[in-house]
Amino acid sequence: MAKRVGMEVGIAAAEAVGLCNIDVAAVYPITPQSHIAEHLSNIVADGRINAEFITVESEHSSISSLCGASATGARTYTATSSQGLMFMHELLPIVSAMRLPIVMGIANRAVSGPLSIWNDHSDIMPQRDSGWITMFAENGQEVVDMTIQSFKIAEHKDVMLPASVNIDGFQLTHMVEPIEFPTQKEVNKFLPDRKPFATLHPDKPITMGAFAMPDRFAEVMKAKDVAIVNSKKIILEVWKEWEKQFGRSYNPVETYKAKDADVLLVTMGSMGETAEIAIDELQKKGVSVGLVKIRLWRPFPTEELKAAVKGAKVLAVTDRAVSFGGVSGPVGMEVKSLFYHEKDRPLITNYIMGLGGRDVTVEDFIKMAEKAVEAEKKGITEEYEFYGVRG
Amino acid sequence: MVKEKWQEVSPGCMVFTPGNAREYHTGSWRAERPIWDNTKCIKCGICYIFCPEACIGQDADGYFMADLDYCKGCGICAQECWPGAIEMVEEG
Repeated sequence: MAKRVGMEVGIAAAEAVGLCNIDVAAVYPITPQSHIAEHLSNIVADGRINAEFITVESEHSSISSLCGASATGARTYTATSSQGLMFMHELLPIVSAMRLPIVMGIANRAVSGPLSIWNDHSDIMPQRDSGWITMFAENGQEVVDMTIQSFKIAEHKDVMLPASVNIDGFQLTHMVEPIEFPTQKEVNKFLPDRKPFATLHPDKPITMGAFAMPDRFAEVMKAKDVAIVNSKKIILEVWKEWEKQFGRSYNPVETYKAKDADVLLVTMGSMGETAEIAIDELQKKGVSVGLVKIRLWRPFPTEELKAAVKGAKVLAVTDRAVSFGGVSGPVGMEVKSLFYHEKDRPLITNYIMGLGGRDVTVEDFIKMAEKAVEAEKKGITEEYEFYGVRG
Repeated sequence: MVKEKWQEVSPGCMVFTPGNAREYHTGSWRAERPIWDNTKCIKCGICYIFCPEACIGQDADGYFMADLDYCKGCGICAQECWPGAIEMVEEG
């Protein structure tokens, strides 16, 4: 029987990594990820796991050193947030191009400026096109589960891509939640040792991260795109396997009371749980509204999202990042482009909210849903709205 | 050379025949070639040190010359040769 304990989610993320038989971790601390860095370094220093913890001088170095470690066949982990992730940015497409299955926890935090240590998704959105499998956790249990799953997904021979687990900073990382931990034996059963496709080794030299002339580059990009698109099949397989072994199911798109609803709120990350309460209250009042939660951001779950919203008249897509001067927020743009060719496409409203740690309450989600109901009658008047901004 | 289709690209663009860069003759890029005047050469080796392709070697008498399979004709050797022993001559 798995143990259920009350634990801060950041600490739990590190504990989950501790169960995954990693070889190398290189983590530079940054708020609100610091507890992951500190606790994982404790786990290594206390001799609880046999791994190398590299105390790097920056995030650029943490991801770079893992790039080398992963190329030798090691199982590797890092975690970061905000400016740290921005500092890693240069390396992220290289890691995926080299097909290195590094797993990263991201304690999502606003990007400066102005300086903010609080939660939104403006750090992960600029990494969107880096070729990383990108998923969002909604609560502490999901953080633990998805961290363990990520190694298996990333290292699968038909995937070989890095993966990130997005954990809303403070709103998730610093919450104490009841979490069920699998035992070491159970994790060992679920997650066997990494079997690398190829490794850097002096006895059998190969070249990784080579140069490509214009006559090859496009073919390499196409191969990488197909690799991440096809990774969805393996992600689904691994999630099924997880469900079979641990009883908790995972889907690329989750729904909450969404069946036959005219209006659907769309969230990503920890705010899904707040939105659920809003849905309960609205449905009690007889409003035809439901909730759709995007768990898998890359590869984008196109079929699953279409199936989840089938029949809905309005989608109220929430965004926690701004694409300055763009058509909508990043999630808004994605969803709109997905439905452009659909014959019976829904109206799509887009609310940018919860920026830089601004609370989004049940009442706020109720208001957004009501605005979406209104939009059904009056039509869309603007591509996106900064929800709740004074002025 | 048969060009790969995207399906044929090795995962991560890995190269399993290390050192195969030598099969690619960058000398084909050259527009000008370096010609040494050994009456001016003092065998200081500065051309050898500065050559970014590391394609300059010495003959039996210790004079320098470029391996034209790899010399791109950049002219750095001629620029750096302070006795003025190297001239860049247009390829015919």
